[in-house]
Amino acid sequence: MAVSVDIRKRLGSFELKVSFQTEGGVHGLLGASGCGKSLTLLCIAGVMKPDSGRIEVDGRVLFDSGRGIDLPPQKRSVGLLFQNYALFPNMTLEENLRAALHAKGRSRDGEAVGAMLRRFHLQGLENHYPVQLSGGQQQRAALARILLSGPELLMLDEPLSALDSYLRRQTELELMEVFESFGGSILFVSHSRGEVRRLCRSVTVIDSGFGRGSVSVRELFEAPRTLSQAMAAGWENYSRVRKIGEGRLLAEDWGFELAVPDIPADSRYAAVRARSLHLSVEPGLNAIPVKILRTVADINCTAILAAPAEGGEGMAVLRAEAETFPPFEGEKAYLNFPPGSLLFLGS
Amino acid sequence: MDLFPLWNSLRIALISSVIVFFAGIFAAEYITRLSRGLKGFLDVVLTLPLVLPPTVVGYFLLCFLGPNRLIGEWVQSLFQIRLTMVWYAAIFASSAVAFPLMYRTARGAFEAFDPALKCAAQTLGLSDAYIFWRIKLPCCRSGVLAGTVLAFARALGEYGATSMIAGYTPGRTATVSTAVYHLWRTGSEVLAFKWALINIAISFAVLMAVNFLEKRRTGGYR
Repeated sequence: MAVSVDIRKRLGSFELKVSFQTEGGVHGLLGASGCGKSLTLLCIAGVMKPDSGRIEVDGRVLFDSGRGIDLPPQKRSVGLLFQNYALFPNMTLEENLRAALHAKGRSRDGEAVGAMLRRFHLQGLENHYPVQLSGGQQQRAALARILLSGPELLMLDEPLSALDSYLRRQTELELMEVFESFGGSILFVSHSRGEVRRLCRSVTVIDSGFGRGSVSVRELFEAPRTLSQAMAAGWENYSRVRKIGEGRLLAEDWGFELAVPDIPADSRYAAVRARSLHLSVEPGLNAIPVKILRTVADINCTAILAAPAEGGEGMAVLRAEAETFPPFEGEKAYLNFPPGSLLFLGS
Repeated sequence: MDLFPLWNSLRIALISSVIVFFAGIFAAEYITRLSRGLKGFLDVVLTLPLVLPPTVVGYFLLCFLGPNRLIGEWVQSLFQIRLTMVWYAAIFASSAVAFPLMYRTARGAFEAFDPALKCAAQTLGLSDAYIFWRIKLPCCRSGVLAGTVLAFARALGEYGATSMIAGYTPGRTATVSTAVYHLWRTGSEVLAFKWALINIAISFAVLMAVNFLEKRRTGGYR
C-alpha cells in the first residue's frame, strides 16, 4: 500500500515539481490555493499528462516517461473526488451511481447501489437530480459513486472547503469513517492545517509548485525542518539568520540581534510563533523595542502587528498575541523572545 | 394551389438537418482537441459557408458535383444517377450552407461543458464514447437543439446555391424559396404572396423554438 510520485509539469509560466512517497494510509498535500496540489492529483488520475516523471501505486506503474508508460485514466483505478463533486447533472443520483458500475459491466447490480445509498444516508433521494441535492448530499453521492468504481487509490481535492463550517465538522467525521474502512491509499488535498492534522498520517507541503518528500503530521506541526514546512504548519514569523558570535544571532529580516545559547550549525532561518511572543513595557533579555502598528481582536486573543523600532526601512513585520489589555496602536513596547521560542530551520 | 414546393422544401431541410447535426457535432467535438494553429485555420474553413454568398457555395458545388466534374462523373458512371438538377441536389446546397450554424452553436455549447465532468467520468472508467453520447451531449442538449433548429431554418430558406444546383422545375425541384422568385417573375403575384406568407410562418415558429431552447439552457436541469 504505497504511492510514489515524482513528476514535472510546465503550464505556461507555472512549473510543477512534486516528488513524494507514502507508506499507505491518509497522506495530505498541504499548500495555499494555486500551489499545484490539484494539478498533482489530475496528473496522478491521468487526465493531465506530466512532462516527465514517474507515478506508481502499490507497485503498479501508471506513468513513466522514461519507459513510455502512460495508462489512460480509465485503466488507473484511481478515484478522484472533485472540488465541485462533478456529479453528472443530466442523471439522477441513482443513474450517477449506476454509471460507475456501467464501466465495470455490471450496471444492473441494484444490490451494490442500494448498499451504497444506505451507507451514505442517501435513501429516498435516488430520483433526485444533483441540483436538487444539498452540498453535503452531493459530496456523499460523489464519494459513493467513486467507491462503487472500486479504486485502489482514493484522492480528494479540498472536500471540505465548499461546505459551511457547521456541516464541515459533521462531514469531517464521516470522511474519517470512510478513510478507516477504505483499504487502499488515500491522498487528501487541503489548504487547511487543521484538516490535515486531524485526518492525515503523513503530509507533503507544496509551495508554489514545488513539493518534495513526506513527513509525519506530528513532525510537521511539532518540529518542522524547512521554511516551507514551518510556514505550512502555521508559524507566523520567520527571518533569515546569521551567527555573528558565540551565542549571538543576527535576524536579518527583522533587523535585530538575539542572544541564543546554542545555535545549530546549519541554521538558515529562524521561526517563532505569534503566541510565543509577548509584550512588555520594560526592557530585558531578548526584549526588542517595537512600535505597535495594529491590534485586531480575535476570538481568544488580540492579534498584534509590530515593527522593530530600530530596524529601519524594509524590515519584516512581526506578529504577536496579547491575551489581556492590548497596547494602543502607535505605542512603543518591548517584544520578548522567551528562551526556546525560536525554531531553527535548515535550507 | 400545388403544395409540392412545401413538401419538397420540408424533406430537403429535414434530411439536411440530420446530416448537418452529425457533421456539426463531430466537427465541434474534434476541433477542440486540435493544436491551436490548426484549430484556428479549420475553424475559419468550416465557418466560411456562413459568410460566403450562397452563389459562391453553389459555384463550388457545381465544380465538384456537375455532370462532367470530379465527383459528379464518378457517381454517374457508378450508379447512373446525376447529382445536379434533381430534387436531392438541393440537399448538398442546404447542408453546406446550414453546416456552420450547427457547428458553431454546438462548439459554443461544448466549450461551456465543465471539463471536470469528463475527467470524473474517465477516472470512473467510462469510455470516451459513453462520455460523449451519455453525458456531454445530454448536458449540452439545449445548445445542440438550438443549433439544429437554426440549421433546419437556414436549410429551409436556402435559395442561392439551391437555384444553381437544383434549378426550378415545377413538380420536381421547386422549393418554397425558388417558387416565390419564379412566381413573382412570371407575374403570379397573389400566389407568390401566399408562398411568402408560408415562409414567414415557418421562420416565425422556428425562431420561437430557438428562443424557447435558449431560455431553457440557462434554466438548469429537469
